[in-house]
This record gives sequence, C-alpha cells and structure tokens, in this order.
Amino acid sequence: MAAPRKTPEINGGSMADISFLMLIFFLMVSTMDKEEGISRRLPVMPPEDMKVEDQKVNRRNIIQVKVNAQDRLFAGNEIIDITQLKDKIKEFMTNPQNDPNLPDKEVTFIEGYGDCPVSKGVISLQNDRGTSYSKYIEVQNELIRAVNELRDEWSMANYGKRYSRLTEDQQTIVRKAVPQNISEAEPKDVTKRRR
Amino acid sequence: MSKFVDKGKKETPGISTASLPDIVFMILMFFMVSVSMRQTDRKVIVSLPGASEVAKLERKDLASYIYIGTPTLQYQSLYGTDSQIQLNDAFRSIEDIRDFIAAERESISEAERPFMTVSIKADQNTRMGIITDVKQELRRCSALRIMYSARKVSAI
Repeated sequence: MAAPRKTPEINGGSMADISFLMLIFFLMVSTMDKEEGISRRLPVMPPEDMKVEDQKVNRRNIIQVKVNAQDRLFAGNEIIDITQLKDKIKEFMTNPQNDPNLPDKEVTFIEGYGDCPVSKGVISLQNDRGTSYSKYIEVQNELIRAVNELRDEWSMANYGKRYSRLTEDQQTIVRKAVPQNISEAEPKDVTKRRR
Repeated sequence: MSKFVDKGKKETPGISTASLPDIVFMILMFFMVSVSMRQTDRKVIVSLPGASEVAKLERKDLASYIYIGTPTLQYQSLYGTDSQIQLNDAFRSIEDIRDFIAAERESISEAERPFMTVSIKADQNTRMGIITDVKQELRRCSALRIMYSARKVSAI
C-alpha cells in the first residue's frame, strides 16, 4: 500500500494578478459621477377634453416669475436682477408687515407642533422657449434657496437648530410650516412677438 | 567572542506579497459597491449647469436618463449642431419618449414604480423650448418625478 499522498497546494501567487485584472475592468466600465440635481414634481396633465380653468388663486397669493428669451427676469411687477430674486421671494413668502398685497397666512394645525400660520403664497415660474437652460436652473435654484433659507430660519426660531440637523419628524413639520409651492406654469410664450 | 561571529553577507528578507491579493480584493470590493455601471455611450455633449441647492438622487436604480445637448463631433454631420435628445444609446425624437418611459417603467418592480425618477441631463446652453417639450411629454406619460441634473457649486 502506498503512503497517503499529499495533495499539492495550489499556488496563490497569481491571485493578485487576477484581482488586479478585475479591478481594472471595473474601473473601466463604471462611472463615479454623483447624481445630483434639482428635484421637481410636474403637475398632472389635465385630460384633454377638460377645459383648462384657472385655479382660483387669489391674486395676492401668487407671484409671477418670468424669464424671457433674452434671459431677463421679471418678478412681481418689475424687472429685477437675479441677485434680488431671493430676497423678493423671501419677503413674499413671509409677508412680515401683513401687507394686503402680499399673500395672507392661514392658521393650520400641524401634527406634532400645533397651530401655525402658513403662507398661502404660490410662486409661478414661466419661461420662454428661447430661455437658456442655465438661466432657468439658476432661477429655480434661487427660488429653492429662498425657501431653504426660510426653513432654516423657521427651525432656528422653533428648535434652535438648522433644518438639516433636525430629526425626520421635525423636518416634516418644517416642510408643512414653510411649504415650497413652486408651480411650473403651462408653457406659453412670455416674450411678445411683434410682427 | 564567538557569539558575535559575522556570518558573511546577511540577506534582507523579501517583503511577503501573500497579502497583496487581499488588499487588491478590498479595493475591488470598494469600487464595486461605490460605483454605478456606465450604461450608455454619450452621443451628445452635456455640460451640466451649476446650482447650489442640489439634492442627491436617492435611488439611482430607479432613475432613467434623458440626455439633451449638441451631438458630439462625429455625429454632427448627420444630426447637425442643434440640440438633440438621446435616449439609451440613440438619438430620438420627442415622440419616442413615451415608449422609452413605458419600457423603463416595465423594467422596475411594481411596488417601486411610483418612485421612478426621470433625470434630465441637459446642456447648459440648451434652449428651454426642447426641454419644455420633453416636460410636456413626460406629463402626458405621467412620469411626474423629475430631476434637473446639475453639478454642485458652492455659490453662484
């Protein structure tokens, strides 16, 4: 009888080469770009047989932000610069002096917080077909920045922390107290054509 | 004295490479989990607009991408330099978005369909006309969650 033979060990020296090969492969086929952007929810398309009727939004509760084909900005009733937009929106949404031309506030009950005056303001954003995309994003960004700053201020006043540091429940409360009502209006030509 | 006899040349022992595969595997694993697969060839030039208030896309696997921009140099003789829409791997028109969305919706499970997001990756020099058309078409397909892809800049 032959003595039990030792099975030869497999040489693991080439393991490194193999895994390097796989590493290189993964590096080639993959992307690492972060997916970031501005999240939006489009309004539901009204059925075609239904007549488009203007929602009954009180005049004072809506602010028109228009961007024309020359990338010029129009908000409220005046031509303004993009740097002024954020403060204008913040003033519109908070209405600190209870101006009758700015949106009124409705005392709503928010679960977990209690009664709180919530602005009924709606920001309506309109653009022309010739507006550049970068300007459009810039305007969107300013609108969101205004709302985010208001949320920060609100949470600072009520919880003593910034919005991003609150718990999830608290964030929900803040979102209800400071809503982000940005509506992307039905497309129409903002720029008047002279023909 | 004989305790400290110099035994001629002493060789420095080579560094053991036995743990090299483990290290490389570790890097490999890191890349595999942190990275997403490149799904499509870019046929349009997209330089994203900058924005400071960007949010992260939470579920990358539920996202579909619509690229809008000028065709790359090799396709310009065919498609011109005007903004084009790229879906998956080919140039498409507005009407094809409906089928594209339907196919994307089929590919994800029913429970997660409401969370499907359409990420619009448009070049910053695109005109809003084509994007408005795309948005209207998306509304018609009731793909309402969208994201304007942007790169994060600290301040504009």
